[in-house]
Amino acid sequence: MVKGRQGERVRLYVRGTILGYKRSKSNQYPNTSLIQIEGVNSKEEVAWYQGKKMAYIYKAKVKQDGTHYRCIWGKVIRPHGNSGVVRAKFKSNLPPKSMGARVRVFMYPSNI
Amino acid sequence: MAPKTPRVTRNPELIRGVRKHSRSQMYHKRGLWAIKAKNGGKFPTHDKKSVGAEPAAAEKAPKFYPADDVKKPLSNKRKHKPTKLRASIIPGTVLIILTGRFKGKRVVFLKQLASGLLLVTGPFKINGVPLRRVNQSYVVATSTKVDISGVNVEKIDDKYFAKQAEKKNKKGETEFFEAEKEEKNVLPAEKKDDQKAVDAVLLKAIESVPELKFYLGARFSLKAGMKPHELVF
Repeated sequence: MVKGRQGERVRLYVRGTILGYKRSKSNQYPNTSLIQIEGVNSKEEVAWYQGKKMAYIYKAKVKQDGTHYRCIWGKVIRPHGNSGVVRAKFKSNLPPKSMGARVRVFMYPSNI
Repeated sequence: MAPKTPRVTRNPELIRGVRKHSRSQMYHKRGLWAIKAKNGGKFPTHDKKSVGAEPAAAEKAPKFYPADDVKKPLSNKRKHKPTKLRASIIPGTVLIILTGRFKGKRVVFLKQLASGLLLVTGPFKINGVPLRRVNQSYVVATSTKVDISGVNVEKIDDKYFAKQAEKKNKKGETEFFEAEKEEKNVLPAEKKDDQKAVDAVLLKAIESVPELKFYLGARFSLKAGMKPHELVF
């Protein structure tokens, strides 16, 4: 995580919340997670985000690759329902403790 | 015999072992019917050499035979086309870089290289971004354009950005380490000059537009309440 300038933070991602796994009433399917992206409230608005990469970032006690921060990468797959919730698949399934946690939805691969 | 030109088959290989045309089709393609007609219904023959053939055959037998039959790999002649440039990206467009060291920086697009990557420059004096390659997917194109007509980027291509081949120093260890350190830090003066040449023209174009210089110097960031899907870039 090299920063070009010290102290200037640019946020180039949209905040998202992990709601849980794709599920029916009594069964859940952890290979797909449901994400609520800030500011996205309808199925039509999700179209912009389809295919965008996202990262779940968490901290661990042991240093790996020189840092305590670890990351699981994933991407937005499709809308879920009518109200802007999104389905996402990650490289490895998200851990259950991530429910309610923050996810970063990036603006790439970009199509603007 | 007359010197042979390299024989080209008129019969392309579809898959290893399967050719496109049949025996009779090849007969027709090679024009053997015409040769026969010209020669009065028979194929013209050479006088056969009897003794000369044998010793030549004995020499040609190879010394080494591979243990198992070596399969010839399938030939692949596909060539990639360069990535299609989005309609919004034209030489002179200001782009926002989304990832990497220079994320958030606004940068001027120069041209698309043969590899499909975009050649981009800060300009260096304004925001510290040198002549650099960037992938189209990691970039947002804005509607701001800079006049790029005076800039000459002809000689910059993908090879310009290739890593310098490291010299192999097999001397003592201490000498090896010293030599490594020297090579890493120095950016060849040639590249600095190229940068200055490109930027000099660009800077004039940029300064003629009010506030463009500050715009390029500032970084892009999402703030509270900004929704990228609603933003017009």
